[in-house]
Amino acid sequence: MLSEATLKNIDREVAKYPPEQKQSAVMAALHFAQTEKGWLSRDLIGYVAQYLGMPEMAAYEVATFYNMYDLKPVGKYKITVCTNLPCALSGGVHAADYVKQKLGIDFNETTPDGKFTLKEGECMGACGDAPVMLVNNVHMRSFMTPEEIDKLIAECK
Amino acid sequence: MAILAAINPALTAGWHQPDTRDMGRDTGWRLKDYEARGGYQALKKIVTDKFSQDQVIAEVKASVLRGRGGAGFPTGLKWSFMPKGAPEKYIVCNTDEGEPGTFKDRDLMRLDPHAVIEGMVIAAFAVGAVRGYNYIHGEIYELYQRFEEALAEARAAGYLGSNILGSGFDFDLFAHQGYGAYICGEESALLESIEGKKGQPRFKPPFPAQVGLYGKPTTINNTETFASIPYILRQGGQAFLDLGKPNNGGTKLFSVSGHVNKPGNYEVPMGTPFAKLLEMCGGMRGGRKLKAVIPGGSSAPVLPGHIMMDCTLDYDSIAKAGSMLGSGAVIVMDETVCMVKSLERLSWFYYEESCGQCTPCREGTGWLYKMVHRIEHGQGRPEDLDLLDDVAKNIMGRTICALGDAAALPVRSFVQHFRDEFAYHIEHKKCLVPPDIQRAGSTFHTRLMAGATC
Repeated sequence: MLSEATLKNIDREVAKYPPEQKQSAVMAALHFAQTEKGWLSRDLIGYVAQYLGMPEMAAYEVATFYNMYDLKPVGKYKITVCTNLPCALSGGVHAADYVKQKLGIDFNETTPDGKFTLKEGECMGACGDAPVMLVNNVHMRSFMTPEEIDKLIAECK
Repeated sequence: MAILAAINPALTAGWHQPDTRDMGRDTGWRLKDYEARGGYQALKKIVTDKFSQDQVIAEVKASVLRGRGGAGFPTGLKWSFMPKGAPEKYIVCNTDEGEPGTFKDRDLMRLDPHAVIEGMVIAAFAVGAVRGYNYIHGEIYELYQRFEEALAEARAAGYLGSNILGSGFDFDLFAHQGYGAYICGEESALLESIEGKKGQPRFKPPFPAQVGLYGKPTTINNTETFASIPYILRQGGQAFLDLGKPNNGGTKLFSVSGHVNKPGNYEVPMGTPFAKLLEMCGGMRGGRKLKAVIPGGSSAPVLPGHIMMDCTLDYDSIAKAGSMLGSGAVIVMDETVCMVKSLERLSWFYYEESCGQCTPCREGTGWLYKMVHRIEHGQGRPEDLDLLDDVAKNIMGRTICALGDAAALPVRSFVQHFRDEFAYHIEHKKCLVPPDIQRAGSTFHTRLMAGATC
């Protein structure tokens, strides 16, 4: 169900923990599975659980507890904007408004072409760089003025 | 971001200024750079001078380094709680930095990851741990990857692994990624999370020093705490203490966000006047008037600007003023801010991030949010202000972890210090701060957007 490369990544994580604690790698494993497949289906979560020798329910609990896992399909580019207070004081909310206007979608929506999904995020620990956005859970973008947002959207081919 | 200014820096001396946008162009974080600015000298000194575990702990105690994650617990004392002789012990670093306003650990991980590694190795030696984990906030995955590179460098140079620097001491360290849960910044939730479970806090006692990761004795400290250790062992505990003031050793990173001209990280000695920090930040944005400051991250009670202007930046002064130094996250708000709207956003955050384990927090955070929301949206009732305080009071002290208190304290302090503004909202169904003044508060807003105020 997962590629060799993804399984290799998961094995590397498993090796960080004591041999009887394979479950410790579940967060990383679900992350790698999500990166490959785009989102976490029930089957995929079950597969990861089985791979790590843990109950499927325990993996499902993890997948539903942590905010960055996507339990439904998302666009090719998932943009998460922090709107928490420190960011909002420096334009976080209005940066989100600008992205909404530009893409024609609200939070938790995906553009009809399946290219963009917009999410409202909580503190990313980068308040001094506000407005801050996270692209596909990995790339953090700082000081997102309208010009920078335009640039980001244009880069997302 | 980067360190924008410093006074007597112990942590950030020699750091390279990064490109503010492109992390890929950062320099100065690699092993050779760290060694060039005295890195790993502390570890070498411990090995060469054959320090005992107790000697290391004594040095850390002498420094009066207090936990930089927010609680301010003396680090040396925490280390001394670890049982001697237990065969399997762990060291864990808490880099799950998600407290709104706090962004110092991100810079430490970005520009000085080896200081964190060296601090953890020294801690491991002091408490006799053979394995450690650094739990890294999910949103900074690029820095998780950088930390893994730094670990590989340290391993190759013999600073990690078996028989470190020929001392006979074995310790290995790994990175563990978070994935978006504020609660995992709570130490026992973080340990649950490393075990591959939901991050729900544990009852304490037992404390991690007795029953920690995988049920084994564990020392868990904040990233900045570990990063402060090499200086203490290199220069001596007394030298670190002398940088700060009695009972508040050393320098500290302060993350300043909000309405200042230069938001960012600043390293200053403990006890530095807040007014001095504000001056280093280039003063208030647009020369506007200071209204309020949350001095220690969003969980700390808000203080009116004039009270904050009389405070110094240390645990004792800010506690005396009725708030907390916390993680050193200073959120600055000017006169354009609507306090009801600000509290509404914070209350949403705690409602969203409550792990759901304890009823007073799970339900109470929802009630708090709903009440602040209705006041903000013109549906508040006169009795709401007392009710808010009552609900907040009934959450406090009735939950397993501190998130309940963290949700209640902002509510109680906002209402206490800015009661008039809340009462005005309820009576007039609109904000005391006129919309056009609010619009001036956000640079992005004034340049582009219109509308969207109270």
